[in-house]
Amino acid sequence: MSASFVDASILDEAKRIIAAGESPPRVARDAVNLPMVRNWLEAMGDDNPVYERDGIAPPAMTQVWTMRGLRPVPDPHDPLAAMTAVLDAAGFTSVVATNCEQTYHRYLRVGERVAVRGRLVDVTGPKRTALGEGWFVTTESTWYVGTEPVATMLFRVLKYKPAPQAVLRPVASPDTEFFWAGTVKGELRIWRCEECGALRHPPGPSCPRCGAMRPGYVVAAGTGTVYSYVVHHHPQVPGRKAPFVVALVELPEGVRVVGELLDCDPAEARIGAPVRVDFVRVDASLSLPAWRLS
Amino acid sequence: MSAAIVGIGATEFSKDSGRSELKLAVEAVRAALADAGLAPSDVDGLVTFTMDTSTEIAVARELGVPELTFFGQVGYGGGAACGVVQQAMLAVDAGLADVVVCYRALNERSGRRFGQVSHALAGASTSSGVDAGWHYPMGLATPAAMVAMVARRYLHEYGGSTEDFGRVAVASRRHAATNPHAWFYERPITLAEHQASRWIAEPLRLLDCCQESDGAVALVVTRLDRARDLPHPPAVIRAAAQGSGPDQYVMTSYYRDDLAGLPEMGVVARQLWRRSGYTPDDVRVAVLYDHFTPYVLMQLEELGFCPRGEAGRFLADGGVEPGGRLVLNPHGGQLGEAYIHGVNGIAEAVRQVRGTAVNQVPDPGPVLVTAGTGVPTSALILTSP
Repeated sequence: MSASFVDASILDEAKRIIAAGESPPRVARDAVNLPMVRNWLEAMGDDNPVYERDGIAPPAMTQVWTMRGLRPVPDPHDPLAAMTAVLDAAGFTSVVATNCEQTYHRYLRVGERVAVRGRLVDVTGPKRTALGEGWFVTTESTWYVGTEPVATMLFRVLKYKPAPQAVLRPVASPDTEFFWAGTVKGELRIWRCEECGALRHPPGPSCPRCGAMRPGYVVAAGTGTVYSYVVHHHPQVPGRKAPFVVALVELPEGVRVVGELLDCDPAEARIGAPVRVDFVRVDASLSLPAWRLS
Repeated sequence: MSAAIVGIGATEFSKDSGRSELKLAVEAVRAALADAGLAPSDVDGLVTFTMDTSTEIAVARELGVPELTFFGQVGYGGGAACGVVQQAMLAVDAGLADVVVCYRALNERSGRRFGQVSHALAGASTSSGVDAGWHYPMGLATPAAMVAMVARRYLHEYGGSTEDFGRVAVASRRHAATNPHAWFYERPITLAEHQASRWIAEPLRLLDCCQESDGAVALVVTRLDRARDLPHPPAVIRAAAQGSGPDQYVMTSYYRDDLAGLPEMGVVARQLWRRSGYTPDDVRVAVLYDHFTPYVLMQLEELGFCPRGEAGRFLADGGVEPGGRLVLNPHGGQLGEAYIHGVNGIAEAVRQVRGTAVNQVPDPGPVLVTAGTGVPTSALILTSP
C-alpha cells in the first residue's frame, strides 16, 4: 500500500467521523457532590472556602464528573477512540497529548448532573516530528447540564509512528568524500597516491610514504578475508539489532576496511573467512560499506 | 628530574554525585592542597584533560587562585592521565610555575556515559570526527567493541583464552574488596563469575569492562626541593613519558601491521626505563590502566614484564595472585575502585610510595602507573626520595 493511499484513507475516515458530529451524551456517574469536591480540593491543596460555602464545584473539576472509573468500558461513540483505532491500524501506534484548552461557562452547583458529548474537529497530517511521522487529532468535548453547555475542552494529541533510530552518519571531509561518493555508486574506493602509487585506508590529504599531496583512488575488487571481528551485544547501537557482527576485513589490495558482516550468525564468524563487499543503502546520499560471507 | 607529587585529594567515588563536575573538581583540588599543606594562593598552574568539562580558569576562580602562569589540557581521553603530571613536572622543572595541580572530575555514570554510543564524537567536524566515520556508522560505536576487535585478534595470534582476561578482573576486585573507598568494597569475584557474566562485545564480558563512576581526583606537583618542606614524603617523579605509535587512532588503530599489541605503550615503556634507569625486574607494584582487561595483558608485554604473547601464561602462572611476581592495581583499579580516567591510579601510586595505602605493599620500590590504552598514552614511575 503506498503512503499516499494510506494518507487518503485516513483522511476519509476522519471526514466520516467529523461528519458524524457530536456523540450522544454520556451522563456522569454521580451528581456534583460536596464529598468529591472536598477530596479534590484537599488533593490539590486548594483551601479556598468559597466552594463549600456556596455549594459550587471548582471549574477545573469539570472532567472529573464524567470520568469513567478505574475499569472503563469502551465507549463506541467516542470520536477520539474511533480516530485512534484508524491511526493504530495504519501503524501510528504511539500517542502524546500536545494541547488541552478548557473554557468554563459557569460554575457547577452541587446536585447538578452533567453529561459530556464529544466531536472530532480536525485531523492533520502526516507531519514529520522529532518523535516520528504522525497525525494531529483534535477533539472538542462539551459538558452540558440539560441542554445548557457549561464547559468545553479542545484536546489535541499526536498519534505517531515511533521513528526508527537512524544510523550514525559519517563526517566526510574534502579528503574523504570520494570514498562516500563511491559507496553510493556501489564502489569500494581505496585511496591511492598518484605520485608513488601507495594505497591506504582510511584516506587523508597526504601520502604518508612519499609526502605527495596528489590523492586519487582505485576501485577495490570487493573481496577480502576477516582479519578480526566483534560480536556486539550491549549497549544498543542506532540502526542495529544486537547481536550483530562487525568485521575488520583485509583486502587483497593490502588495506583493511571495517564493515558490518551482514546476516552472519555470530557462531559462523571466524578470522580468515572469505568475504565480499556489499553496500547498505541508508538514503540517496549515503551507503555504508558492509561484508557478507562468500 | 626534580619534581614530585606532594598532595593527593579526591571526592567520594559514586554512581551519582549529585553535584556539578566543577564542584567535584574544586573539592578534589582543595583536598589535594590540604594534603600537601598548601593553600590556593600557592597555586600558579593547573592542568587537566581535554575531556574535562571544567576549565583551568573556572577551577581557579572557584579556588580563589589569583594568577596562573601555566595551564594546559592533554588530549586522548584516559591517555592523558599521566600526561597531565608530565606537563606539571615540565612546568615546575622549567621554572614556569611553582605549584601545579592536575585534576580530573567527571560525572561519568550519572552524566555523560562513555560506554554508550557518542553521537557528539561521531558527528564532530574535526579530524577525530572524520576518523569516527570509518567505524561508528558501521556499528563499531562503543569503547568495549573497539577493544574487542583487538582482543579477538590477540586471542587468535597467541592462542589464549578469555580466562586470561578474567584473571585481571579477579585481581583488581580482590584488592577492591579490602579498599573501603572502592565501589566494589567487600565484593570480590571469582573466575567462574567472570566467565558467567554476560557478553558486552565478544570476546569481552561485562566483568572485563571497568565500572562507570562519578568523582574527582587531584594531584599537586612541585619541585623536589620545595617538596622537602611539606608534610608528606614526596612521591618523586623518576620518569614520565607520553607515547603515540605508528598509524595511531583513538581506540581504532586497526590499520597498522600488528593489531595484537599496544605499540604506543611500547613507546612509553622505552622512555620510562631509559630515563629512570630501572628495568621491569625492579618493579613489584604496577598500577596498569584497566578500562578493559585485554589491554592489561598487552601492557604487561609492552612494558616488558613478559614477552609478547606470554601475558596469558604470566597471569595463569599466578603472576598477579597473592605472592606473585607483580602486585597489580592494589587499590582495585578502575574495575574495582572507580573509573576516574586513571587519575585515581596515580593517587594510589603516591600512597604506595608514601606507605599509606590500604593494601600497602611493604617497601614497594619504584611504582609504575600507566594511562589509558588503545589511545595515545602516558605513564609515570614514582619512588620515595
